[in-house]
Amino acid sequence: MIGNGILKGLTETARNFFGSYVSKDRLTTVQYPEQKIPQIEASRNFPFLVYDGADWDAGMRCVACQICEKECPPKCIFIEKSKDKKPDAVGKAQFYPARFDIDISVCMSCQICVEVCPFDAIKMDVEFDLPTDNRFSGLLLDRHKLAKSNDYYHQIHPTEASAVDAALAEERAKTAAKAAAAPPVAAAAAKPAAPATAATATSAAPQPAAASTPKPAEGDAK
Amino acid sequence: MSTLTLPTPLTTSPEPGHEERLLEVSMGPQHPSTHGVFRMNVVLDGERVVRLKPVFGYLHRNHEKIAENETYLGSMPYTDRLDYICSLTNNWGYALAVEQLAGITVPERAEYLRVITAELTRLLNHACLLGFLLQDMGASGTPLMYAFREREKILDLFEALTGARMMCNYMRFGGCRVDTPAGWLDQARKVVADFPKFLDEFEKLLVSNEILMERTQGVGVLSRELAIASAISGPMARASGLNYDIRKVDNYGIYSRFSFRVPLGSHGDVYDRYMIRFLEMRESLKILNEALRDIPAGPIIDPKSKPRGFRPKPGEHYGRIEAPKGELGFYLISDGSPNPYRYRVRPPSLINLTVLEDLCLGHNVADVVVILGSVDIVLGEVDR
Repeated sequence: MIGNGILKGLTETARNFFGSYVSKDRLTTVQYPEQKIPQIEASRNFPFLVYDGADWDAGMRCVACQICEKECPPKCIFIEKSKDKKPDAVGKAQFYPARFDIDISVCMSCQICVEVCPFDAIKMDVEFDLPTDNRFSGLLLDRHKLAKSNDYYHQIHPTEASAVDAALAEERAKTAAKAAAAPPVAAAAAKPAAPATAATATSAAPQPAAASTPKPAEGDAK
Repeated sequence: MSTLTLPTPLTTSPEPGHEERLLEVSMGPQHPSTHGVFRMNVVLDGERVVRLKPVFGYLHRNHEKIAENETYLGSMPYTDRLDYICSLTNNWGYALAVEQLAGITVPERAEYLRVITAELTRLLNHACLLGFLLQDMGASGTPLMYAFREREKILDLFEALTGARMMCNYMRFGGCRVDTPAGWLDQARKVVADFPKFLDEFEKLLVSNEILMERTQGVGVLSRELAIASAISGPMARASGLNYDIRKVDNYGIYSRFSFRVPLGSHGDVYDRYMIRFLEMRESLKILNEALRDIPAGPIIDPKSKPRGFRPKPGEHYGRIEAPKGELGFYLISDGSPNPYRYRVRPPSLINLTVLEDLCLGHNVADVVVILGSVDIVLGEVDR
């Protein structure tokens, strides 16, 4: 009979319509600003810079190696290297970014900066609520705006952050062991001091060791 | 495409003054039925199409030239944006071409993950296409929303695995970027197990609908000969009865391990192209069930593969896969530097679009929208 197919289709829509009064999983719409879906752990949006400890400037992991700047496909990262050095996350004296800008109007959230970073300094954020009325300076994030604490990183990507922390702790132990072993005279002289200060004191002197070590930490490989 | 030859009915115009009666209509580029910024200059004789000139390039982003100045890896996120509905198959096509160029092998688990993500992509692409096609035919809202409901479940899987719903940037040369998070495979099994319910519902909804059959059967017929002559690929070629599926022909990846059939149409009209997508989704589900059952544990990326400093040996290669829309190929020439010397995409959407005029001639202007919908284009890939 003609019209059979149409009726068959209409019973299907009717079933869905009345079914929505019975089963909740038929109601798939989420009323966004009032209701929010929990964030999926792996989600990514724009990069941020991780810092350890309480002071964002002193604890920043980035050593201004400029690899991410070079590898970024749309070239949205701008880095200016510092003139002086300060101890980094694993206790080696390193440069730090005097300027670190990311233009998130250009960034395409591809995560390649995260993959190539040997220092686990840049990670992906999940913050998506970023509207601004100034599309130039409002979307150009400087290093202060980009800096976020390691605790925040643990909060948004717990599994990944724990793996990174474990890898960094291993690296730190290795550096401390090397600092203790490499210059036996200096280390023996500095024995009474705490191990952390010994590491910072000695690392300023053996420059070649510090320069030859920025090998990828393989933190991303997991 | 600028020098389209005029079809014969017009050059032998029957009566003097015929040309004056013709009406030129510019459909697009902002027309909601053109699936993006695509324009068709349609010449009408009454309601009948006598000439059709596709105009595109509104979304041109210079992808191929940009790729020559990027590292090999740097082009990977740009491939997401070719056919932005199926970013994972684009990733695979590019990764496959580079792997074959450089002779990189892929670990077992990564091959399975690639098949799983690619077949999920096929499901969501076909579901989307059917929704869009029915929307174009005037079935406003309902089928599209049903299809998008299913698509969202698959996109959630993609987000949990890759971090992004659509711009996944997941595959790497020699494997995949990250392993599955805990419980992901079970989640995927559940989505795959629930999918046939949606297919049944969707088939009941409109497959035997008389209005739909009236509007699609015998409309936009693509003959087998023309399909071969114009290098049409994918579901569109198979709807015309051309048994050509690169998953079967090339057996790339690990497709030879799965038992699935290639559905073929016999008429080559819009209805066949509509039905072929249903059948392909059912076959994809078979592959997915087998892949999700057999996926082994192990590494997901070749240990020699590094994100930086990748330089393949000089040479050239054309790598291709069966993307949901057809044959997606990447042609690469390497001169041994970190950037490809030449980078060229063979997009299925663009090649399938070349027969649009042949399909539309003689039909009503309202059918043009339906025929274009059945070709399944994404302008990100047509214009690149």
